[in-house]
Amino acid sequence: MPHMVIANTLRDGRVVFLSHDGSWAAAIADGELAQDETAASRLLANSKSSANSNVVIDPQLIEVNETDHGRQPTAYREYIRAYGPSVRNPG
Amino acid sequence: MALIKDGVEAKDSFVNACHLDTLPASGDIIVSLDQWNDHRDALLARDAQLGVTLKSDQHPDSIADDLQHFALVALEFPAFTDGRAYSYARILRDQYGFAKELRAVGDVLLEQLLYMNRVGINAFDIVGDNDLEQWKVAAADYTVWYQPTNDGRTSIRDLRRG
Amino acid sequence: MYRYDEFDHTFMAERVAQFARQVARRMSGEMTEEQFRPLRLMNGLYLQLHAYMLRVNVPYGSLSSSQLRGLAEIARKYDRNYGHFTTRQNIQYNWIKLDEMPALLGDLAKIEMHGIQSSGNCIRNTTSDQYAGASADEIEDPRVYCEIIRQWSTLHPEFSYLPRKFKIAVTGAPKDRAAVALHDIGLRLYHNAEGKAGFEVLVGGGQGRTPVIAKTIRKWLEPEDMLSYLEAILRVYNLWGRRDNKYKARIKILVNATGIDEFRNQVDAEWDKIKDTKLQLDAQEIERIRAYFASPAYETLPDYSAELIAHGEQNTAFKEWLKSNTAAHKITGYLIVNLSLKSPKQPPGDITSEQMLATADLADHYNFGELRVNHRQNLTFTDVRQIDVYELWQKLAALDLATPNIGKVSDIIACPGLDYCALANARSIPIAERIQQRFEDIDRLHDVGELSLNISGCMNACGHHHVGNIGILGVEKKGQEYYQFTLGGSSTEDAALGDRTGPGFSTDEVVNAVDRILNTYIEQRDDIEETFLETYRRVGMAPFKEALYGAN
Repeated sequence: MPHMVIANTLRDGRVVFLSHDGSWAAAIADGELAQDETAASRLLANSKSSANSNVVIDPQLIEVNETDHGRQPTAYREYIRAYGPSVRNPG
Repeated sequence: MALIKDGVEAKDSFVNACHLDTLPASGDIIVSLDQWNDHRDALLARDAQLGVTLKSDQHPDSIADDLQHFALVALEFPAFTDGRAYSYARILRDQYGFAKELRAVGDVLLEQLLYMNRVGINAFDIVGDNDLEQWKVAAADYTVWYQPTNDGRTSIRDLRRG
Repeated sequence: MYRYDEFDHTFMAERVAQFARQVARRMSGEMTEEQFRPLRLMNGLYLQLHAYMLRVNVPYGSLSSSQLRGLAEIARKYDRNYGHFTTRQNIQYNWIKLDEMPALLGDLAKIEMHGIQSSGNCIRNTTSDQYAGASADEIEDPRVYCEIIRQWSTLHPEFSYLPRKFKIAVTGAPKDRAAVALHDIGLRLYHNAEGKAGFEVLVGGGQGRTPVIAKTIRKWLEPEDMLSYLEAILRVYNLWGRRDNKYKARIKILVNATGIDEFRNQVDAEWDKIKDTKLQLDAQEIERIRAYFASPAYETLPDYSAELIAHGEQNTAFKEWLKSNTAAHKITGYLIVNLSLKSPKQPPGDITSEQMLATADLADHYNFGELRVNHRQNLTFTDVRQIDVYELWQKLAALDLATPNIGKVSDIIACPGLDYCALANARSIPIAERIQQRFEDIDRLHDVGELSLNISGCMNACGHHHVGNIGILGVEKKGQEYYQFTLGGSSTEDAALGDRTGPGFSTDEVVNAVDRILNTYIEQRDDIEETFLETYRRVGMAPFKEALYGAN
């Protein structure tokens, strides 16, 4: 099962995904998809570096599937984090 | 480690004997509640100042009758989220009239300094280099307070009455 | 309403400066997230699924029109042009940035508002009856005591690291619109035989994973003793509340474990030591605060009720709205008007910046420049002249603030749920919206009549589902959202926890299930006057269970 690392940025709390070069991407499509356990562990370890402790909060590994409709986290909660609330904001 | 007492950096004459198997023969020491209970007579016989540490689950009632023997009571904060010792401090100051040094030890954060001071804690064990300056800044965070806590500050209610 | 004096302003400015420093220390890495988290929580800032959420206190639900304008401006400047009112009379913004917080708090301080202690293990916003000062059934105005409690509890140095959060509510009328029996401490104002005002004190109520109705710890408390007695309860809780398990840390657990009689003894023992200290409230202080809550300059007006009813005969929409969204005022010629934030077009309790600005103008024009937030996530104008009501209704309708559903099934309390909240297991807003759409027909809505439907997206029960006449709890089962029902809850003076019906329903089935419950009620009721709650209490769970799951 492929995994990605998801977190919220310290500065504005927005959802980001760790990408290949160690930067944090806003779109799930731009994050790094780790295909096996070794790659996932490495990704998670990078996300918890001391530099990152001032950039993001609480990085986590989540399961993500590649589908025709783009990347879909298997947990609905993470899906909502990736794609936003299922309801429109008023105003 | 540095000691701030009454708002200034102070030299700590006390040795923390809580984890020692043998109590030092001389000099000011701080003992645990267990050590106090186990070696009471020996401790009283010493010709030096005595302090006792209360853990966060040790209510000051356990030393209420012995306060006259202590030059210092240390209150332990095992995690800064454990707020029991704030009540211990008030009980010691307000209800038992303990007037000597009340010291916070353990997970004591800069941001709690003023709360601790307000409940009667007047000494702080702090860790780190620049912290003293930061502590002075933090101590000046507030000049007005709503609640009366017998800390010598005038509450807002009394300030309003002039 | 209360106005800040120089001391309040000084305090606020110092608080804002302190938090600015704390944010800077966090951003630079001097403070870890673990150290910073309780500090930002004590300023009302949560990290949720998509962004930081800021919870701003609305003290006992009381707002001025200029404060509402300021809140609208904050929504526009720092958020996405809307806010959400909560079950504790507060307002929440869902899209806040940490680095903008110091500026935001500065703007809030200018309108005498803040998020201090709206989160964290400390004393939270003290809430009250949204009709305080105006209701025909009021005995004593609870806002006076709420304000005294607010000041006493703000940055209380001894009670800022409690085992868990602490919530206090005060009511001053026989009809309890503040849900005091579901709070850590509830205060009920009443008159004794000599006509003197005092409190019944309740302790240990709450919802969440272990819902409990509060117990009476003291039948009669003199107003002068209010703060010292509260301090005694808080101290016993701070000393003995559990700190080993987050889910067992509220005072309700301590009261249950200790037993109310022994708990009372412990509080009394502590109280004895502090009763006669500076915590005593003298009459001078109470009257000084009371002066802030003096009645507005009511005119002497005749009763206009007959004319309003006549208007209603000409206009059905107005008639329905008048019946459901207004309440009796203590002064002849005046009426309490509720603004429904439960239009099917928006999530329950949400309000746009534009609506806030327009409401502020209406408050200035029709309601002495003030308004209230109530814990059912609606707004209230407490002092409208009856002669203005029809015109006000027309303006509210144009703003979509006049859905005639106050106290009805589509006046839904819903937490933000899984769409926003990091704690949630299931979504609640889409369920609320679909139920509201199912009940857009006003005739059906009013046929069903008085009914509270509350939805929570997890066991923390921020949607107060335990005390809804119909409660819905969203759960997660095998990656799917399911919704469990409870029936027969009540948050008022006859507080009760709802009974579970049985297995949950999927997202597709849940609205039909609500329909089946309501059809059962309509079949079972003695007559149209018997409310859902009354019918449920008379016939019990059986007919509802059968309607939901079939005969067994």
